Amino acid sequence: MRLLECSDLNMSYETVPALKDLSFFVDAGDYLCIIGENGSGKTTLLKGLLGLKEPDSGLIEYIGITKREVGYMPQQTTIQKDFPASVMEVVLSGCLNREGFRVFYGKKDRELAVKNLETLSISDLAGKSYMELSGGQQQRVLLARALCATQRLLILDEPTISLDPVATSAFYGVVKSLNRDRNITIIMVSHDVSAAVQNASKILHLETTPLFFGSVEDYVNTDVGKRMLGAG
Amino acid sequence: MRTIIEAFLTYGFLMRALIAGVLVALCSSLLGVSLVLKRYSMIGDGLSHVAFGALTLSLALNISPLHISLPVVMIAAVLLLRISESSKIKGDAAVAIITSSSLAIGVISASITKGINIDVFNFMFGSILAMSKSDVYLSVALSLIVLTLYIVFHNKIFAVTFDENFAKASGINTNLQNTLIALLTAATIVVGMRIMGALLISSLIVFPALTSMRVCKSFRGVIITSAVVSVVCFIAGLFVSYGFSTPAGASVVASNLVIFLLFSLAGLIIKKV
Repeated sequence: MRLLECSDLNMSYETVPALKDLSFFVDAGDYLCIIGENGSGKTTLLKGLLGLKEPDSGLIEYIGITKREVGYMPQQTTIQKDFPASVMEVVLSGCLNREGFRVFYGKKDRELAVKNLETLSISDLAGKSYMELSGGQQQRVLLARALCATQRLLILDEPTISLDPVATSAFYGVVKSLNRDRNITIIMVSHDVSAAVQNASKILHLETTPLFFGSVEDYVNTDVGKRMLGAG
Repeated sequence: MRTIIEAFLTYGFLMRALIAGVLVALCSSLLGVSLVLKRYSMIGDGLSHVAFGALTLSLALNISPLHISLPVVMIAAVLLLRISESSKIKGDAAVAIITSSSLAIGVISASITKGINIDVFNFMFGSILAMSKSDVYLSVALSLIVLTLYIVFHNKIFAVTFDENFAKASGINTNLQNTLIALLTAATIVVGMRIMGALLISSLIVFPALTSMRVCKSFRGVIITSAVVSVVCFIAGLFVSYGFSTPAGASVVASNLVIFLLFSLAGLIIKKV
């Protein structure tokens, strides 16, 4: 079942093109990794997908899901490093995309937050302060927040960029199990090509223009795939 | 102590200073939490100088101060916010230019207008006598707006402060919220400036938030503690100001400093234990 379709997408900053003639799609249950070097348009594409930036031309179409029902996990900002917030406050803020205005979080919101903390096995952190956690724990908290915002589609922006190798592989494991066991569709922007090939089902390789879009099996046999994996 | 309290109950100007000041202290502490956490503290400082320039200019031109300074500072607030958000212009440098220019305009217009030198000192460091009835009404209206908005939107304010991109993706209008906070800050500064002084009003925005962050580790805790600290420090400062005839603004800042140091110490002890 199709979840997202992009056709002939063009995006730019002022006059500098960031993304050219991009077409791709995401089906329910996919695990798509968007790879490419710095400045290849990965983050721009995410902004487009999330509605944070308008494309110059082309279409971004969600099917059976609205833009607001996407669970987004942005990169950490420097502001957050010493931000006084409890883990529960951070996770609950993922519930704010729900329809209907309310002054305080309801019982359902709290239950959802508790459930997602359990899913990511960080229930014991609920009362802790966000800024006192380790990098890996903080990423799990942000993932729990994103899970509160969605049932179906997670979009992650370089989630392992600041993690040590152990925390990185643990994090990939968590994302993989969300994809496999809870059938949550994943779109992940990543630098880490070898991890992408190991975990994902599809690859989109960008260099302002799309270099490759298709399954992992096909990607590893293309020239660009071989070059990226150091086998060529 | 008893005579001070009696004096506040007897003299209208003291009561006005107390009511308006407490409400301004409350508003500024709430707005300050967002501004400090978003690294926008400089906006408060810039605005207070713009307010000083506008105030002396309006005196020189013999126009009612509030009618000039309120709109001017509000426009400056939106401008400063845009500058801080834009990565193209160096935000802090731009704020510095606006700050010193406003101060210069203020001092020039004060010096060419005869007989307002006393006023200038009061504008800069605050006066306990400055609050008129209309200031009190304005501060009541302002604090009602700030408090209502803060309670109704506190979850969204948290989301936007903690992670603007995530908030945007969740469908929150972050631009509207940032502009609203900047405008309310502008109004708070204009009302509070008379009693606190142009050079000192921004401390009312920065101090309570920083103080509570020494000890509190949750957003809600920081907000509530900031509000309490700000109000308590203001009342203490005002009593000192009346009792020892010190400038009101300076006395309030001094009491904020004492509490800040105490909280810092408490924070260190908590960390060690």
